[in-house]
Amino acid sequence: MFPVAMKIAEHVKDIPRSGIRDFFEIVQTMGDVVSLGIGEPDFATPWHIREAAIYALEKGRTGYTSNLGLPRLRRSISDYIKGRFGIAYEPLSEVLVSVGVSESIDLALRALLDPGDEVLYHEPCYVSYAPSIVLARGVAKAIPTRAEHEFRLTPEDLVAAITPASKILMLNFPNNPTGATMSAENLAEIAEICVKHDLVVFTDEIYSELTYEGGVHTSIAALPGMKERTVFLHGVSKAYAMTGWRIGFACAPKDMIEAMMKIHQYSILCASIMGQDATIEALERGTSSMESMRREYELRRNYIVNSLNELGLPCFQPKGAFYVFPDITSTGLSSREFSLRLLHEKKVAVVPGTAFGASGEGHVRCSYAAALDQIKIAVERIGEFVSDVRKGNP
Amino acid sequence: MQALIEILERNALTPREDLARMLNLSVEEVEQAIAGLEAEGIVLGYQAIINHEKWDTDLVRAMIEVKITPERDGGFDRVASRIAKFEEVQTCYLMSGGYDLLITVEGRNLREVASFVAEKLSTIEAVQSTATRFRLKTYKENGTFHHFEQTAERLSVSP
Repeated sequence: MFPVAMKIAEHVKDIPRSGIRDFFEIVQTMGDVVSLGIGEPDFATPWHIREAAIYALEKGRTGYTSNLGLPRLRRSISDYIKGRFGIAYEPLSEVLVSVGVSESIDLALRALLDPGDEVLYHEPCYVSYAPSIVLARGVAKAIPTRAEHEFRLTPEDLVAAITPASKILMLNFPNNPTGATMSAENLAEIAEICVKHDLVVFTDEIYSELTYEGGVHTSIAALPGMKERTVFLHGVSKAYAMTGWRIGFACAPKDMIEAMMKIHQYSILCASIMGQDATIEALERGTSSMESMRREYELRRNYIVNSLNELGLPCFQPKGAFYVFPDITSTGLSSREFSLRLLHEKKVAVVPGTAFGASGEGHVRCSYAAALDQIKIAVERIGEFVSDVRKGNP
Repeated sequence: MQALIEILERNALTPREDLARMLNLSVEEVEQAIAGLEAEGIVLGYQAIINHEKWDTDLVRAMIEVKITPERDGGFDRVASRIAKFEEVQTCYLMSGGYDLLITVEGRNLREVASFVAEKLSTIEAVQSTATRFRLKTYKENGTFHHFEQTAERLSVSP
């Protein structure tokens, strides 16, 4: 063992590697895999946004920006959120531009947590939540959500999880990996509990623009009495196919942004100016390109949900994000066995539900951010696989 | 219906079964909807997009701007339809601006197009003048790129 391995901090050693990463490494060793394992849009960033970024580079816009982000961008973000979600944030003091939403989550956790403070989050959820909480010296407390509720967080489950040490509730709807959404009524019930128990809410709304069937996405921050206790998190990665630009933003009361800014300023300094310039174009003129991608996702969603249900892998019609989370228990396999065998026997990659927390067992995540012809091939092969397995395990 | 038309515009060969799954309809409902669009003259036909740098490379295509004198009865329509009926004419649009009709004409070679302009088009009484522009290269046609852009590498599994 190299000496440095002995020096790794205990709390870092204890953090497991992301289950997705393990899986990715197996997939990497195989050629010719059809992947439904991708958690990012298959589209390139719309051309007008790339063009705007090229123009900005040509003009020599290559320096640092203000720690909080370009003032022009913060004004765009503020206008966009006001128009889209009906929440008014003061652009220069209540908005912080970060390196993706992931950084904002980390900043917000570090800004609020004292050792031992408890953070509640619903699970299955994005892979970084629990580790980020632990890295910020908090206690991560998962609240399992269930297929019978279409993976919504119920008020009963939330109340049951709250203890005197609970400080933060993290929400992510539309949800990765389940595609779950929460209506305004659902959120109002959660909001009431948060007020009663004095919880701060982090709401990760990165998939909010990908809400289907003409549905209206409501942010919990827009509900009465919530703005002052909510950190609203959003970014351009998913809606505008801009994952690689790494631009997210946090909106919160001034004191909270100030605290987050201190950490951001010393650890990151600022998000890249290229990404920020591109984001201005996306937010100010990107609606129609975003809507055309959303229409495409909706068609693929219909295709994959109908197909998986026909194969006897039940899944509800998710109203947001670009994931379906079918129940695979009828095959008698665990999530991991299902995913590994499907990969080895049929060369289709899906992600085991357990990569998103123990409560993801019995499910796999299929992303429909893939071209329709790929989805078709994948679904066909999943059909063959399921019928092979069922023949073997009558 | 909007979604159906969008898909057909992109790929008219999309199998009926796929359309049904994408649109949450049965195959019969999809067939009925398409038959309806055809009957109403909303969908007029289905064509392939050919890359003429790879096939029939000698084919010559020209855009011709045509100024015409509208007729007392029928305005531009009657002259336009007269011009459009020539089999050399692929498209025919009435335009705003400095000229009236924009037509595209295809021919075996330059001479064929030139003789169409000189002998057939210019001799129509209502045609005042023409300006012929030959196509040199096609980059994009009906939303389809003729030179495929390299697609970027993506991680095969990501969170």
